[in-house]
Amino acid sequence: MTAKQLSVFIENRRGRLGEVLKVLKDNNVNILSMSLADTTEYGLLRLIVNAPDHGRDVLLSAGFSSMITDILIVKVPHVAGSLQEILTIVAENNIDIEYMYGLSVEANDATIVVKTNELKRACEVLKKNKIDTMTEEEIEAL
Amino acid sequence: MIWNREMECMPRDEMTRLQSERLVKLVEYVYNNVEFYRNRMDAHGVKPSDIHGIEDIVKLPYTTKDDLRDTYPFGLFAAPHSDIVRIHASSGTTGKATVVGYTQNDIDVWSECVARCMSMADVTKDDIIQIAYGYGLFTGGLGAHYGAERLGAMVVPMSTGNSKKLTTMMVDFGATAIACTPSYLLHLSEVLRDEGLIDKIKLKAAICGAEPWTDKMRHEIETRLNITAHDIYGLSEIMGPGVACDCKHHTGLHICEDHFYPEIIDPVTLEPVADGEVGELVFTTITKEGIPLIRYRTKDLTSITHEVCECGRTSARISRFKGRSDDMLIIRGVNVFPSQVEAALVEVEEVTPHYMMIVDRENNLDTLEIQVEIDVRYYTDEVKGIEKLTKKIATVIQQALGISAKIRLMGPNTLKRSEGKAVHVIDNRKLY
Ligand SMILES: [Zn+2]
Repeated sequence: MTAKQLSVFIENRRGRLGEVLKVLKDNNVNILSMSLADTTEYGLLRLIVNAPDHGRDVLLSAGFSSMITDILIVKVPHVAGSLQEILTIVAENNIDIEYMYGLSVEANDATIVVKTNELKRACEVLKKNKIDTMTEEEIEAL
Repeated sequence: MIWNREMECMPRDEMTRLQSERLVKLVEYVYNNVEFYRNRMDAHGVKPSDIHGIEDIVKLPYTTKDDLRDTYPFGLFAAPHSDIVRIHASSGTTGKATVVGYTQNDIDVWSECVARCMSMADVTKDDIIQIAYGYGLFTGGLGAHYGAERLGAMVVPMSTGNSKKLTTMMVDFGATAIACTPSYLLHLSEVLRDEGLIDKIKLKAAICGAEPWTDKMRHEIETRLNITAHDIYGLSEIMGPGVACDCKHHTGLHICEDHFYPEIIDPVTLEPVADGEVGELVFTTITKEGIPLIRYRTKDLTSITHEVCECGRTSARISRFKGRSDDMLIIRGVNVFPSQVEAALVEVEEVTPHYMMIVDRENNLDTLEIQVEIDVRYYTDEVKGIEKLTKKIATVIQQALGISAKIRLMGPNTLKRSEGKAVHVIDNRKLY
């Protein structure tokens, strides 16, 4: 199952990240995890939030480039080598990962966010190999 | 040193007489040889027989860069192609080049004018001069080259792009003069300093042009290299470098007035302004054969004086430039118009038409950054997507301007929208 990520383009200007976070706060959008890919000129902010569509709308009306990206949230058991195992399976199926970052750490497992341009096939491969993913509803319930 | 005392120190009334004779001949010549001017003058209701002297020049219509563009490539040529021996070209507002042609006589006049300018910097036949302007369609390289040869100097045709080779040869050859853009010379002074060569050079004088610069920059160059630096002015439409230059008194640039008749006009009303008042510089090429221009509007803002200079020259002097009456920028010696950027960006669908050009100078070299807003429909959350788009825009801009620019993508609505005339340029170089 896929989930939604809120992505925001921010030019590297002092205070710009803070402005994004303030808009989300003022509109009661709760951030569960974030990753920032940055260069000297701009940053790509990727957020897992409780209400991604609402988050995008409020950011757009506040003048930020924001969009929804479909991603996978994969559960990784707390066993040494489990992440490597998952990545091996993905690679063996010729699926390229664009980026990934950690989402949360629970008692029995951790979750990671995975972006690939072959979402549908990735879902099937993971399912076939009995690797759990989280649904949007599960995220919203967090 | 004065190269041509007769012309450069001619009493004012004699100069007026000479200019009058030449103008009458020129108007007759262009009317009979250039269809564009014949039509333009007919429409303006003025005939060659109405022009009796230089004071009648105000009866003639102006010529603009648009006229050159509209008649691209050879429409304003007055001499048959068999008499044209050289072509030069410069970039125009819409990507179409402005093409100029020279007869052998034009090349001779040009060389003479550059020789006069270099003499103002006391360059003589005993000097070794490095020409570090670009050679090719740009008038800088070949123009300075022919002038220096006319002087009889030993000419080293360096062209541009290899500072290391230039500084090595400057030391090894014992070069005593250099012709290049002022910003490049400042850059070279740093290279020389970093390599510990400042004490090993024999440089005495520099003839700098092709871009606006300040007295502060001149002092900087003169102190760093222990030389005198001179400001040579020109534009390809009129001839190239050598239209005017400042002498050692640096009280304005002496115009080669026996070949280029100057006027200063109000750019809005197009009426002449008095000596000392700032206006747009207009030239009539009173001896040119290849592509003579009548009352050509340079768009350069300056003022003029006809007082005799301390150096003894009687020629009219224009002050350092005070800006442009259009929005042209000169970046790394290349003419750049914001409209070129605008036209180029229209071809990139991933961005909005909003942009900002930021021109600066780092280590004495011009830099250009273009900020562009991404269209929200084409937004991507992958670094490689953004980089691909940046590269695409950079390529389009390079093709349109002929110089590279740093592209900076911005979020939507981050670039200022202004009411009325939009501001598209921030020039941090402070050249005027
Ligand atoms: Zn003088």
